[in-house]
Amino acid sequence: MTNTLHRYGSGESFKDDYIVFAIPARGINDKNAVETQRRFLEIARKYRPVNMGDASHGAIFRSSKDLNPTVHWHRDSGPDFDTVVNGVSGPSTVAAVFDNADSVVAFVKELKEADLGLSINISGALDKAQECARRAGLERHSVEYSLGFFGQTDRMADRQTLEVATMCGHGMLSFNLVRKLLDWVKQGRRSPEEASATLARFCSCGVFNPTRACRLFEDAKK
Amino acid sequence: MAICPMGAISIDSAKNRAYVNADECVECYTCFRGMSMERLNPTMVRGIRRLLKVFRLRFDPEPDVCPTSAITPDELSWPRVVRRAFSDPVVTHESTGVHGRGTEEVKTNDVTNRVGIGEVGYVVEFGRPTIGVRFRDIEKMTRALAEMGIEFEPKNPVTHMMTDRKSGKLRDDILDEKILSAIVEFKTRLENVGAVLARVDEVSKTLDTVVAVGVATRCDESGGSALDSVLTEEGFSFVRGKTNLGLGRALIK
Repeated sequence: MTNTLHRYGSGESFKDDYIVFAIPARGINDKNAVETQRRFLEIARKYRPVNMGDASHGAIFRSSKDLNPTVHWHRDSGPDFDTVVNGVSGPSTVAAVFDNADSVVAFVKELKEADLGLSINISGALDKAQECARRAGLERHSVEYSLGFFGQTDRMADRQTLEVATMCGHGMLSFNLVRKLLDWVKQGRRSPEEASATLARFCSCGVFNPTRACRLFEDAKK
Repeated sequence: MAICPMGAISIDSAKNRAYVNADECVECYTCFRGMSMERLNPTMVRGIRRLLKVFRLRFDPEPDVCPTSAITPDELSWPRVVRRAFSDPVVTHESTGVHGRGTEEVKTNDVTNRVGIGEVGYVVEFGRPTIGVRFRDIEKMTRALAEMGIEFEPKNPVTHMMTDRKSGKLRDDILDEKILSAIVEFKTRLENVGAVLARVDEVSKTLDTVVAVGVATRCDESGGSALDSVLTEEGFSFVRGKTNLGLGRALIK
């Protein structure tokens, strides 16, 4: 989940971006992880995540290998939670993305009561994550900071493209595709929701935030 | 084609077929796994496209649908196979057992205590976001860090590619391989943060890519982090990060 560490944007830009993920420690507590990771996902589902996924088997939004040509006019972009929950088959990283702090707090409180034993992390704005932890009755154990980008930063894309594209830290969202969709949204050829859904299908870990992406696409239209 | 993170897929106008630049392709499988497929007849699709082209018309299809299911992955052999290992997040590194390009870092620190009080863990990631990197550039950094006496995280995939961990030397046969990104991990004492980050910044400027840097530490009982003031003194601003909530246990029922 280092893939969620370096999202581009200001603190304000992360107001609707919280990723809560669970991971077992290899060789230490990963033996019964399948059951506990499924439990994590089932609990997460109750709090209406905007995305959810298993790093090994994919997310609630995914590509389809057997479409017909009507897809270019009518496409079902709905989430498939069951496939993700039932698909967990071995130690992995499972994640749920939320667009508001209240859901995160309620989710973490239930995780605390469930006592799954997995390591639980919140990726997002550091101050907001600490606030969520405290509201859930926890103090943070460890913290990792993104210090941003060094080196040939002139090779990176423009701000709008980066804010959207860096929501997949594994680099599955190409700058060219994000630029294309930003242009299409500006030209009225795609809605922000359609553009976000297209990008979400490329993120196999389920950490792309469609709510934030929609907001960024809406902002791009102004 | 816009969907390729490396811009490695284009249309060869002479052959009227898609062409993959094998040197730029990092085997991330974004095209194969990320794209949806129709299973239309290629001859029919090309015929329709040619007809539209005559009238200077263009269909506005979904950008992530391959109409003919034309993309199939190649069988990879060494050393090209390292491209996929470091670029496709679904692939588990044999060296770590973890998906992705790094290790568990401080994400499981509540169980492993890998980074203790007074220590700092570093994740220096090359090629991110979506620029890509060749191992030759990564080696420049690992050699520079090794000269400072850095000991690299033994479970990290890049460390496994080293022929000499003391000098940071990587295998010669992978140096020209291009990947989407790779992470070098290590830890130091808190008092070394300034010098290490200054060296990382200095070397980064000489590389033909971007470098994303993260630092981590264990918090005190009240959730406080000694890194806050150190990073501020060093001139870094920080907004985003990962917060380990300390709910992990060594034994799960």
